[in-house]
Amino acid sequence: MSEERDGSDRPRNTPGHPPGGSFEDRLGAARRRQGLEEAGGNSGPGLSPAQGSALGMGLRVGVELVSALAVAVAIGWYLDKWLGTKPFLLMLFVVLGGGAGVANVWRLVAPPKSPRRDEPPRSGGG
Amino acid sequence: MAAEGQAIDALGQFKLSPVLGALGHSVNFTQANLFMVVAGLLTIGLLYFGARPRAIVPGRLQALAELSYEGILKMCTDQIGPEGRAFFPFVFTLFFFVLMGNLLGMMPYAFTYTSHIAVTFALAATVIVLVTVVALRIHGMHFFSYFFPDGAPKLLAPLIIPVEVISYLSRPVSLSIRLFANMVAGHVMLKVFATFVVMLAGAGSVGFVAAVFPLGLNVALIGFEFLVAFLQAYVFAILTCIYLHDAVHLH
Repeated sequence: MSEERDGSDRPRNTPGHPPGGSFEDRLGAARRRQGLEEAGGNSGPGLSPAQGSALGMGLRVGVELVSALAVAVAIGWYLDKWLGTKPFLLMLFVVLGGGAGVANVWRLVAPPKSPRRDEPPRSGGG
Repeated sequence: MAAEGQAIDALGQFKLSPVLGALGHSVNFTQANLFMVVAGLLTIGLLYFGARPRAIVPGRLQALAELSYEGILKMCTDQIGPEGRAFFPFVFTLFFFVLMGNLLGMMPYAFTYTSHIAVTFALAATVIVLVTVVALRIHGMHFFSYFFPDGAPKLLAPLIIPVEVISYLSRPVSLSIRLFANMVAGHVMLKVFATFVVMLAGAGSVGFVAAVFPLGLNVALIGFEFLVAFLQAYVFAILTCIYLHDAVHLH
């Protein structure tokens, strides 16, 4: 696949450059002939968000919500223990953790601001 | 393999036990450690023996090695930008450690070390510490503006900053739980249905026929688990890249 090495190594398997453009051009033409280029060049492992399964999406949202809440509860619990304000900081941080979970989910489903995708498409089910 | 004592022992497969005899026992060298070593050796072997032929038209193994190298490199540069090349070795190692762990777990008698939260959380914690150090190194104190978006009203700062900090801290948790939960759930399901097969087959001729259904389901599940093994390694790597992007560019 890497053409940088063309020529720098012993050309063991290639009989020289046949006419008809560069290797990439000929590969593209061959792939079109075989009907392999339907995806508009966006092949490879990058799945588009639209392809993400509903189950995978649901699992991701669940994990994001729960992990934010778990972190917030842990922070609240230990701050309470440290400062001796037994239930109050825990109560406050449960609310903040819920908010952080929703923020995580929003970041997951928000329309991307830049051309770059914000998050990968999905996690597999399980 | 299962169904001892007529109970479904779905979690016994995740139990650690020392290997390599007395030596392994004295340093607590468990199957998890053994398979981590195997995973590392397999990755090195893939790249070494893959790169050795140096053919211009690659063979299968060389194509595999080149595609994995270029695929991860492309992921780094696409997600992080040109600076991503600096993080390529880290992301590549991480991806292959997780991928080999997931795939080795699909072999009979093998142990899935990615099914332990201690392992996945250690990986995720490494990622998040690296991301924070990189962000502090590049942006200095300006990094902390990450926790307060630009256009937000100052009045909301006491609310937004804790929420953003919690959201940031929840990254390693969600990163590790996602991988760990997927691997555990998949292997538990396989084990449960495999136990059904054995139990039904032991319950007379009707059960013998009925055992075909969980067996067929397990065949489908194995295929699905291979998909999950690749997908989770990919998700772990690409989330690392996205966090690194945030660290390099701050939004």
